[in-house]
Amino acid sequence: MALFSSRMIKRVLVAALVAIVPATAALAAGGGKAPREQDWSFAGFFGTYDTAQLQRGFQIYSENCSACHALSRVAFRNLMEPGGPEFSEAEVRAIAANYFIEDGPDSFGDMFERPGRLSDRFPPPFPNQEAAVAAMGAYPPDFSLLAKARAPTRGFPNFVFDIFTGYAENGPDYIYSLLTGYDADHVNPEGELGHYNPYFVNGEYIAMAQPLWDGMHVYQDGSPETISQYSKDVSAFMMWAAEPHLNARKEMGFRVMAFLLIFGSLVYMTKRRVWSTVEH
Amino acid sequence: MSGPSSYVPKTGVERWLDARLPVVRMMHGQFVEFPIPRNLNYMYTFGGILMIMLVSQIVTGIVLVMHYTPHADMAFNSVEHIMRDVNYGWLLRYMHAVGASMFFIAVYLHIFRGLYYGSYKEPREVLWILGVVIFLLMMATAFMGYVLVWGQMSFWGATVITNFFSVFPIVGDTLVQWLWGGFAVDNPTLNRFFSLHYLLPFMIFGVVILHVWALHVTGQTNPTGVEVKQKSDTVPFTPYATVKDLFAMVVFFALFAYFLFFLPNYLGHADNYIEANPLVTPAHIVPEWYFLPFYAILRAVPSALGGVLLMFGAIVVLFFLPWLDTSKVKSGSFRSVWFKAAFWVFAINAVWLGWLGSKPAEGWYVPAMQIGTVYYFAYFLIILPLLGLFETTKPLPASITDAVLSKAKTKTVASGAGQPAGATAAPETKG
Ligand code: HEC
Ligand code: HEM
Repeated sequence: MALFSSRMIKRVLVAALVAIVPATAALAAGGGKAPREQDWSFAGFFGTYDTAQLQRGFQIYSENCSACHALSRVAFRNLMEPGGPEFSEAEVRAIAANYFIEDGPDSFGDMFERPGRLSDRFPPPFPNQEAAVAAMGAYPPDFSLLAKARAPTRGFPNFVFDIFTGYAENGPDYIYSLLTGYDADHVNPEGELGHYNPYFVNGEYIAMAQPLWDGMHVYQDGSPETISQYSKDVSAFMMWAAEPHLNARKEMGFRVMAFLLIFGSLVYMTKRRVWSTVEH
Repeated sequence: MSGPSSYVPKTGVERWLDARLPVVRMMHGQFVEFPIPRNLNYMYTFGGILMIMLVSQIVTGIVLVMHYTPHADMAFNSVEHIMRDVNYGWLLRYMHAVGASMFFIAVYLHIFRGLYYGSYKEPREVLWILGVVIFLLMMATAFMGYVLVWGQMSFWGATVITNFFSVFPIVGDTLVQWLWGGFAVDNPTLNRFFSLHYLLPFMIFGVVILHVWALHVTGQTNPTGVEVKQKSDTVPFTPYATVKDLFAMVVFFALFAYFLFFLPNYLGHADNYIEANPLVTPAHIVPEWYFLPFYAILRAVPSALGGVLLMFGAIVVLFFLPWLDTSKVKSGSFRSVWFKAAFWVFAINAVWLGWLGSKPAEGWYVPAMQIGTVYYFAYFLIILPLLGLFETTKPLPASITDAVLSKAKTKTVASGAGQPAGATAAPETKG
């Protein structure tokens, strides 16, 4: 969907600069291995979310990740808003009704549970962080912002090129790489209980076992039922959860840039005219 | 600078007001008649841009406060509420966050303009010092604004920066507790930073008024560094500066819009999308990009007190610059190649220090930071004082008009076209 491939431009820029830039400078500091870059529908200056992909991503989240990961900043109504998965209202009502929400106190002073409504937010799977750590050994982070909170810094010279290519998909690239980056053949050293994953930011061992396997989820739309496809879909969904107004933002950006270009040209011509009688 | 006012009130209301409070006459004098050198280039447009950015920060800030909650338990949630639920809240918040970065891009270019053209020299010392005061207030404001988000970098950045004050002997610990309002960065810290973050921009506004006042007393410098001597050296502010500044603003807004709409988080740090947690320290604590050169200077020396003193010294030295530079020639264009080399090395060094500021203080980064710091100070304390005494400068043009017309003549000769130079000597008399 992107007008021109950001990776293509980058390759040209890299080729132009390799001669000058010492290779060692490109090694970014910090934990994990550099994520593998994917093609995303929402990359680039005109990229927008792919509704069908967000719906599949939501399916993966609700069938799998939601057992451990919260999504507490997202409300059910968000699922039907433009620029998101855009489920129908009836579908969202049905999704909400599957969750039990604590409400109250009622007229007896008691808390009670009721089915979810459109305005409710996704209830967390664990009552608090401590309960999650006790059950899992580590806290499974909330998904609401994770795609923006995990954006591995890119060393020189990439961070310079990123300005021109408009690369802002570090978050989903990281999540995708992590989900597809497990190594079943790896033998842990003595005493290491985590799961080997070189992409993990906090060391090479992560407390989460590989969550996705080929054929695990059934897609209605005929998309491939592979680890790679599942991972891409859920990463895209997480990006939407973290940045729900991305489509509106880019659309407005296009209009603003077009306005500035036209207005700027007019002002420039006026400026030329005004100064034309004055040597300066 | 300006002569008697040429303002003629046109309507009855204007005449009535003019006899009681001649505020329109004053604005007319400052922004319509005010004479500006005719040879200003685009580096002279950043003042106007800064003014607009200050207004933009204040307007977006005031609307943000309508939805923001300054409490340690709610601040982060309220920022996310702005981003998700408030109509166009994402636009407001990104405008404010990216706007702060743009504000600093503009102020750094504005400062480097001053360094190159000797804008700090007599008679503009007070003007320069007021500028450094604005810069300091801007840094304080931006630092405290960043804390308001109450993300991981907000919290840990605040912890690191406020801890600087603990290095001062005897009073240090008391000072830091007084800043925090407790024994760690916590809700009282957030509340006072919120209060100050709201206040300081208006103080900046006040100092900006003094800054512009001082500017309109001495007049602007210009790329030749030769002061205005006659009427033909200048053109009236309107339409000449108005239209040129407007064009520069549109170009600057295009850059602003580019980051705002397509890379809104590029200039920020991902960790600030994690709510503040006093129990988890981020792997690398780095301040916002515009503080990085100073952050590198801070960590260049092994002694904490020394680092803090150097960092503050890096700003303090700017106050003394008018008396450190001994050259009588203002504009770098008419100074020796040594000045030009020293200046550009200084500029590159500042960017280099910025990059180093984002790196941990280990390995070869440390000696690199030290060399950068030494050059930073040497430029002000050794190069500028000595260079002015020894260098041979180029001959200055007799006046701005002379400089402009001789340039025009070479251009005309070279291209065989253009207008006769004499016809343009008194622009304001032409239609
Ligand atoms: C059985 C519980 C469980 C399930 C199911 C699960 N996770 Fe996790 N996840 C965890 C735990 C625990 C952690 C924390 C790991 C750590 O910090 O070592 C985690 C961490 C993560 C992280 C963060 C890594 C980082 O950078 O900190 C991501 C991303 C993630 N999970 C994605 C997913 C996705 C996508 C799914 C669904 C396909 C999923 N998880 C399903 C338990 C789970
Ligand atoms: C000199 C002008 C100003 C500068 C340089 C500045 C800078 C900043 C910065 C860097 C942030 C953090 C942004 C982020 O990462 O999200 C911030 C946040 C904030 N500022 Fe300002 N600010 C200015 C003026 C104001 C004013 C005048 C107000 C209120 C009247 C204000 C209110 C806020 C609020 C409520 C936040 C927190 C919400 C948010 O992060 O967007 N600011 N400011």
